[in-house]
Amino acid sequence: MTDAPTLAAAAAPARSQSFGAQLWGQFRRHTGGLVGLVVFVFIVLAVYIGPLIHTVDPNKLNIRDKNQGPSWVHPFGTDNLGHDLFAQVLAGGQISLAVGMVAMLIALFVGTLVGVLSGYFKRIDGPLMRLTDLFLALPILPLLLVITMLFRDTLRSAFGPQTGIFILIVFVIGITSWMHTARIVRSDVLSVKNQEFVLAAKSSGMREYRVILRHILPNVLSSVMVSATLGIASAIITESALSFLGLGFPSDFPTWGRLLYDGVNFLQITPARAIWPGLAISLTVLSVNYIGDGIRDALDPRSMKR
Amino acid sequence: MFTYTIRRLLFAIPTLLAISFIIFALLAMAPNNPLGELPLTIPPEVREEMRAALGIDQPLYIQFVKWLYQFFVNEPLNILQQVTGIAIGDPHRLRILSWTTRSPVVDLIVQRMPQTLWVVGLAYLFGVLLAIPIGVISAYKQYSLFDQIGTFIAMVGYSVPTFFTGVLLIVIFSSTLHWFPSVYDTNLKVVDWASFVAQVKQMVLPVTVLTLYNTSQISRFVRASMLDNLHQDYVRTARAKGVKEKTVLLVHVLRNSLIPVVTVIALGVPTIFSGAIITEQIFRVNGLGQLLITAIQAGDLPLVQTLTFIFAVLIVLFNLIADVLYGILDPRIRYD
Repeated sequence: MTDAPTLAAAAAPARSQSFGAQLWGQFRRHTGGLVGLVVFVFIVLAVYIGPLIHTVDPNKLNIRDKNQGPSWVHPFGTDNLGHDLFAQVLAGGQISLAVGMVAMLIALFVGTLVGVLSGYFKRIDGPLMRLTDLFLALPILPLLLVITMLFRDTLRSAFGPQTGIFILIVFVIGITSWMHTARIVRSDVLSVKNQEFVLAAKSSGMREYRVILRHILPNVLSSVMVSATLGIASAIITESALSFLGLGFPSDFPTWGRLLYDGVNFLQITPARAIWPGLAISLTVLSVNYIGDGIRDALDPRSMKR
Repeated sequence: MFTYTIRRLLFAIPTLLAISFIIFALLAMAPNNPLGELPLTIPPEVREEMRAALGIDQPLYIQFVKWLYQFFVNEPLNILQQVTGIAIGDPHRLRILSWTTRSPVVDLIVQRMPQTLWVVGLAYLFGVLLAIPIGVISAYKQYSLFDQIGTFIAMVGYSVPTFFTGVLLIVIFSSTLHWFPSVYDTNLKVVDWASFVAQVKQMVLPVTVLTLYNTSQISRFVRASMLDNLHQDYVRTARAKGVKEKTVLLVHVLRNSLIPVVTVIALGVPTIFSGAIITEQIFRVNGLGQLLITAIQAGDLPLVQTLTFIFAVLIVLFNLIADVLYGILDPRIRYD
């Protein structure tokens, strides 16, 4: 079952020509979604290609140039130790976006797995859904805070400061945000699994796992895509919130949330230190949410005629 | 309906037990030693005694059952005794003590509750009151200018995290314009007009931040639910009968649209307590969220355990209330 997503992806191209083109055709008409996509692509490009153009080392100290306003050398100004803020925002964005993506993938994988299993196999439906309810009843933010506080030092000594925190945060966010995907996927599977083509596949002697991979998964792909976009947005927000409370990434590997947290103490001197990272988080989340809106409208059969 | 409620209540018991055990095991499993902050000069046998005094030398299940007993038997009896004066059994029963302050955890929570309820509860109330008219107008005049602007602001308010709106408001209204204080002063007692104004002023920023967030979340639901109902057949029937447009909108459609909204509002109530952690931290409101953060940073396990469990109880309880409300309000929903 571990290779489910790869196989599903391999199964998809057969119909992706029509499905993808159709989706894009619908999506293109959604102004908000299109603008969101452009902004998001711009942010991703800026964060990953930007450091090649703006080649200032984000961790270089330069006390002489501390607390400066924006200039050609330092477009966003500098902080109290003379770090270049623009370079720091770009470097922080790489971590923030990576956390969002990986945490979303974990949540999607667990959610799809639980959803498909409980929708398809009646016997384990009850226990799995009770498990989902249990996870939904957990107070997520307090628990995340507790877990990061408790396990931070151990993982840091095991994997090194940056990787340790990355693994911890990504894993913890992923493992606490799969429930909505699981519920949506389950209801989709329930409606698909009694349709004729699935019965035909089964009666022709196809193995259960092949039925799931070839017939069930491609049909629940659309709702998974919507939860994927929402998942990225909420993972980025959760990571920033953890960092903002001082329990996420350390100052030497700052994410957007951490930069904001560090900047708050200097609001009187250099408000730009809090505003740029905050703006970056907000723009990313806003654009991702608009993309999600666009995809949902594109998939909604009621909006087809419009 | 009644049997359904009873069944759900009975099912809530194992859920809550499981959650409390998860929290407890997580805290106990954690590699960090609660005494790790103490100086290394303390001899090992004294350290052992300190562990015994805190009760963490016992096996996990004994600690868990004792905590359960204290939480579900001793604390309610204690509250009963304080409120009514009826003492059942020994009045000096063992209570859950915080490790850092050595005072009962429940007393700490009772101290912090009013600030949270005032700031966060008020913001939630404002959010609901603003969201319903905005959602109704947006849906009724779909694709109008009001709807476009309203939907955009809702999207922004829902996407921009509270820790950024809070900081932004502080930069604008406290450090540049000096209109409102950025720190919430809990010692302020309202005795006359001047102190009342000061209280209102210090509440403006945190309440605005949370209201913006709550309004955008709820108004999206109201709008979607109104749109679902506006195109139903019963609306056309009512209009064809010659019912006034105002009555159609505010009586027929709104009443039906509010059914899912009420459950969403009920589901959001627990976030009043737990979700406002960040806002309380920005504006230094010493409410429940701030209590949790300080407890986490100090490694005060009994306090963390109890607070987190109370948040979980609230979530389970309001999930139940939402489901029951849904059944009561919408006669088409039957849980049998």
